[in-house]
Amino acid sequence: MKVRAQVGMVMNLDKCIGCHTCSVTCKQVWTNRPGTEYVWFNNVETKPGLGFPRRWEDNQTWQGGWKLDRRGRLRLRAGGQLRKLLTIFWNPDLPTIDDYYEPWTYDYHTLIDAPLSERDPVARPQSQLTGRRMDVKWGPNWDDMLAGAPETASRDPDLAGLQEQVKLTYERTFMFYLPRICEHCLNPSCVASCPSGAMYKREEDGIVLVDQEKCRGWRFCVSGCPYKKVYFNHHTGKAEKCTLCYPRIELGLPTVCSETCVGRIRYLGLVLYDADRVREAASVPDEKRLLDAQLKVFLDPADPAVQRQARADGIPDDWIEYAQRSPVYALAHRWRVALPLHPEYRTLPMVWYVPPLSPVVNAMEADGYEADPDQLFPAIDAMRIPLDYLANILAAGDREVVRLALRRLAGMRSYMRKLEVLGVRDHQAATAASLEPSEIEAMYRLLAVAKYEDRYVVPQAHSEQAQRLAELPGSCGLDFDGGPGNCGALPRPAQGLNETFMVQDRKVGGHRFVPLPVVNPGPGHGE
Amino acid sequence: MTVEEALLFVALPYSSITLFVAGHIWRYRHDKFGWTSRSTQLLERRWLAWGSNLFHYGALAAIGGHVVGLLIPEQLTHAVGISEGAYHLFAAAAGTVAGLACIAGFVILVGRRAYFPRIRRTTTWTDVVVYLVLAGIIVLGLIETIGFNTLGTGYNYRPTVGVWFRSLLWLHPEPQLIAGAPLVYQLHATLPWILYAVWPFSRLVHAWSLPWQYLGRPYILYRRRYGLARR
Ligand code: HEM
Ligand code: SF4
Ligand code: SF4
Repeated sequence: MKVRAQVGMVMNLDKCIGCHTCSVTCKQVWTNRPGTEYVWFNNVETKPGLGFPRRWEDNQTWQGGWKLDRRGRLRLRAGGQLRKLLTIFWNPDLPTIDDYYEPWTYDYHTLIDAPLSERDPVARPQSQLTGRRMDVKWGPNWDDMLAGAPETASRDPDLAGLQEQVKLTYERTFMFYLPRICEHCLNPSCVASCPSGAMYKREEDGIVLVDQEKCRGWRFCVSGCPYKKVYFNHHTGKAEKCTLCYPRIELGLPTVCSETCVGRIRYLGLVLYDADRVREAASVPDEKRLLDAQLKVFLDPADPAVQRQARADGIPDDWIEYAQRSPVYALAHRWRVALPLHPEYRTLPMVWYVPPLSPVVNAMEADGYEADPDQLFPAIDAMRIPLDYLANILAAGDREVVRLALRRLAGMRSYMRKLEVLGVRDHQAATAASLEPSEIEAMYRLLAVAKYEDRYVVPQAHSEQAQRLAELPGSCGLDFDGGPGNCGALPRPAQGLNETFMVQDRKVGGHRFVPLPVVNPGPGHGE
Repeated sequence: MTVEEALLFVALPYSSITLFVAGHIWRYRHDKFGWTSRSTQLLERRWLAWGSNLFHYGALAAIGGHVVGLLIPEQLTHAVGISEGAYHLFAAAAGTVAGLACIAGFVILVGRRAYFPRIRRTTTWTDVVVYLVLAGIIVLGLIETIGFNTLGTGYNYRPTVGVWFRSLLWLHPEPQLIAGAPLVYQLHATLPWILYAVWPFSRLVHAWSLPWQYLGRPYILYRRRYGLARR
């Protein structure tokens, strides 16, 4: 057993209102630069829909992620190391920018410069690739809220096998939003696909990053990621990706997308896992067993044996304590209401989703029922279409896993309604949801009340660990010329002691400067 | 040795080599961030499939041929029993294939750069210089391989150009050797020095980064914060 810690995320899909605030704030912070106009580290898709880039889930085409070869060994779907080197001059699996969209701006100056005239001047769209005028034909969320769905939605890869049953007629439509960031996978195929060794997973917190100084622009990570969450900056010629806002995470602050989430749908917390068993878990033959296998890689932070080994492996005590309060571990492991996105890609993703009840509710209402929580149970069992569709997204097609999660969510609703309205603890509802009343109430506090402190349980990085940076050079993210900066929340010693870092302080309601841990580059701290 | 000979066949090569070495050291130290293939596949993929593959495989084969032709003395191939005729036949045939692939790919690459506004916008002046010099080298090389060796009677460059090239490496330059070669050969041997001089300052640095270490590497890399790659 080799214990490592990972910062994971859970998103509660029932509460996402599809406002795209997360995408916009993320873009303002990270990808507001030449070459990244088309890049959205965080994007929000409408399901059913094509997604961003279009049909990214169709890995028959893009060849992202892992597969098992005939002898059951784990292999990159796009082919091995030799094949990569032979196709290095032209990557057969790379999407083009038109699969994302051609980024544009407007010639705003015409609004100001236009001479006096009878008609109002208009600003016309202008391509950010060529500077020329263009017709906007597609965008990062073009099929938002099922816009154009009769034409596009049936090409959603997750509807494969369901097409005949799903009638995407307006009245019967079900939909929900799927916000996506990099999964910071336990078995990241982007890292495995990078021939230069520029990509890596951080031992301390599991964040997956691109070393901008080692990246040589071979662009295999872009196609290698089955979630299409590595992007190619066509201005710098280097790959970039979601950093899980590590400069904030290191200070114990939530990511920008989480902090600004209007629906308060996001949870951040630690998961302890056994690094020695990652590969084995990713190699389970039956795709439907992958979820279980990944859950077994997670370690119970309350188990004294795990704690002992964690300490031996250098995980600080307060981190072990934070892991025990982790909302991510609770939702994924304890209650099993959070599920991984497309576990069948075998990357062991670490951004999980609480499936939405809304498709079931929508479908019920379309059938003329009122969406009474008590009616949800039979509906969940009766309605195959939303269930199968969700299962294709969150459970490698295993309907039962989704059903259990939805039953628990529905059970929570009817239990809490009785408790709030009648003041009685409805043990029957609890039993139907196969949870203890106390567990249901805890789940309710986390999912429905969702206090800030309960949603984000992120420990600070340790300054003792940071001392190592004194001796070890290296670039860790996006602090290059014209980049968004923030290579380290922890100062490099050359910059001197007593540095401060500006963070937003919720309690004071403004900005405050926190002193950074003092780095004392004494002798003998080398690794 | 005339002044021109000294300048073109001695001074130019040595200044170019100096710039080449110093330039690479400087670039590696100060601009690791700019060290990339600057791929444009994201912007256009169909033409690139043909252009990039034909050009690179052609160019690498041609470079391999040059290494054999220039660095391995004639006596050595004779000694292992390869006759001048056999060597010539092989060099002409392989050279023709490689050269044609290279130029076809090159034309596609340059055409693509000119035709697609998206890619034209990414083209720098350094790129233009590199493309011009490369065009000259490739065309001259093809004239030699096809014009002289495949269609014509052939010119045995190994005792002249080859020995001159190695004489530069031994630091006993013998420019008179190449001064006697046909003009096309002289030009083809001169232009590359200009390419080497701009090499470290252009996108061509990507050629040194062929990531052969990838073969046999463990797939997943971990690093400590600000630390180095580990298993
Ligand atoms: C063996 C090592 C080499 C590797 C791995 C390599 C790889 C690449 C790659 C991946 C690209 C980007 C293609 C794209 O747009 O996606 C590229 C472009 C290019 N390479 Fe190489 N290359 C190598 C050697 C060379 C050599 C020896 C030359 C020239 C003498 C060369 C000249 C070029 C040029 C001119 C381009 C730009 C093509 C264009 O976009 O117009 N490369 N190379
Ligand atoms: S989701 Fe993130 S960590 Fe996983 S393969 Fe893609 S880029 Fe890598
Ligand atoms: S900010 Fe929150 S609610 Fe709004 S789209 Fe993003 S995840 Fe959904």
